[in-house]
Amino acid sequence: MIRLAALLLLIAALPLRAEEVVMGMSRDSVNITADFDGSEVLIFGAVKREAVIRPDPPLQVIVTVAGPVDPVTVWRKERRAGIWVNADAVEIDAAPSFYAVATSGPWGSVISEVEDLRHKVSINRAIRSVGAPMTISDSRSFTEALIRLREKSGLYQNLFNTVDLRESTLFDTAISMPANIVEGTYQVRVLLTRGGQVVAQHTSEIGVGKVGIERWLFNLSQRQPLVYGLLSIVLAVVAGWGASAAFRAMRSG
Amino acid sequence: MQIYLPIAEVSVNIFLLFGLGGLVGVLSGMFGVGGGFLITPLLFFMGIPPAVAVATGSNQIVASSVSGVLAHLKRRTVDLRMGTVLLCGGIVGAALGIWLFNLLKTLGQVDLLVRLCYVVFLGVIGGLMFIESLRALRRSKRGGRPTRRHHGWVHGLPFKMRFRTSGLYISAIPPLMVGLSVGILSAIMGVGGGFIMVPAMIYLLGMPTKVVVGTSLFQIIFVTAFTTLAHAVTNQTVDVLLALILLVGGVIGAQFGTAVGTRLKAEQLRIALATLVLLVCGKLALDLFLTPADLFELGVGEQ
Repeated sequence: MIRLAALLLLIAALPLRAEEVVMGMSRDSVNITADFDGSEVLIFGAVKREAVIRPDPPLQVIVTVAGPVDPVTVWRKERRAGIWVNADAVEIDAAPSFYAVATSGPWGSVISEVEDLRHKVSINRAIRSVGAPMTISDSRSFTEALIRLREKSGLYQNLFNTVDLRESTLFDTAISMPANIVEGTYQVRVLLTRGGQVVAQHTSEIGVGKVGIERWLFNLSQRQPLVYGLLSIVLAVVAGWGASAAFRAMRSG
Repeated sequence: MQIYLPIAEVSVNIFLLFGLGGLVGVLSGMFGVGGGFLITPLLFFMGIPPAVAVATGSNQIVASSVSGVLAHLKRRTVDLRMGTVLLCGGIVGAALGIWLFNLLKTLGQVDLLVRLCYVVFLGVIGGLMFIESLRALRRSKRGGRPTRRHHGWVHGLPFKMRFRTSGLYISAIPPLMVGLSVGILSAIMGVGGGFIMVPAMIYLLGMPTKVVVGTSLFQIIFVTAFTTLAHAVTNQTVDVLLALILLVGGVIGAQFGTAVGTRLKAEQLRIALATLVLLVCGKLALDLFLTPADLFELGVGEQ
């Protein structure tokens, strides 16, 4: 109820334009705790407009969530002397660690090729690969492999027809993040399209980070590795000795 | 129940980890092996990054070895003097091994080399142990006494030391060399090295089987502690939460393993270990020779 009220307030406060996006999220941060097993973020919003709704071409909504962008090395195996070894490598310059794209209709009807290229909406476009070494002729297959492998682990998601759009005004969708996501700032984009052309867009952010003991251990391991290493050894020795002592006590008592 | 591991950055089932730790603990107590050669590939199969699996494995081995060695100390089946000599070689070897590992990492292909190391060493040692213990088993069935082997060259070396618990009077050089080479291998392969140490002590140094397990565990504690520290400092890949879960299962398992181990005959113990070593070797070899399901692989280590 409060969310709805806030939304209406937002709509009222917006400056005048043809069609604009007003959006909200069920959370603006994802906390990685000890029992973290993935998370779901609800993304919802409304289209603000001054004029009456144009029925044609129909309004479509695209929602994307992108994780921190990093270079990735993709290896291809080859059989050499009977053994499969990593033979060729292609460094992909920038690939989001997580990418989900949800649409309100089939892919072909929501955005044109040109607009996809311009706004980098599809997974293919979100990955940037400048060039492969001269020795590799089919560098495309490496990019495809990256997408395939990350799709398999739930890090890349094509969610066509999953944005629920009502009366060309209210929309909502749910993006689920798997447990193996990395920390960082996640970019959330909402794009409105008509006839394949982007007519409005809005971006927001979700912070993904470890909290509590997870945060503390991670920081210690990075900042004071020697202390962390000694701590792990002491814990191991104490646990080993403790178990031994406990068993002796159990047998005698 | 799922648990999120802070360093590995994955979520895994906590009971599965307990079970894995327990299984390796039983093996550790029974055979005097750290179980690293099992725990490292198994963690890898669970989706834990290989670098983290290797480093955390060695941390877990510290705990199960401490637990195991205490049981052996009580029964006086640890040759502390021999253990110390092996350990001196082991630490130097581990330092060398870590240096070599980092050198190979800059050259690439370290993953393949580690796996090849596994296949070769597990295959050779498992095979040798299997044949040897099969022979010993046949001999004991016929009622004949096992013939003690004499190594002429071992007795000709200088710096002789008396190892009372083992009943040996040999040069300190062979145990030092054994410790050194096992140290190198343990750092490269991310294992305690018990599966190499145990046969080396039996066949090369001629130590009695009952003393071998305790002494091997004693030596492993220090070498793996050193490796853990080195990994934590150079790569930040030790996941203490993962290690804790594994070691709780592991230390309990080790107690059962030690109890079972004392009831089995030495030949049976050896043949069981040989079979296990060969099984793991076979699985790893298959992975190298069979066409992989996906020819492509994402680079590991960069996040």
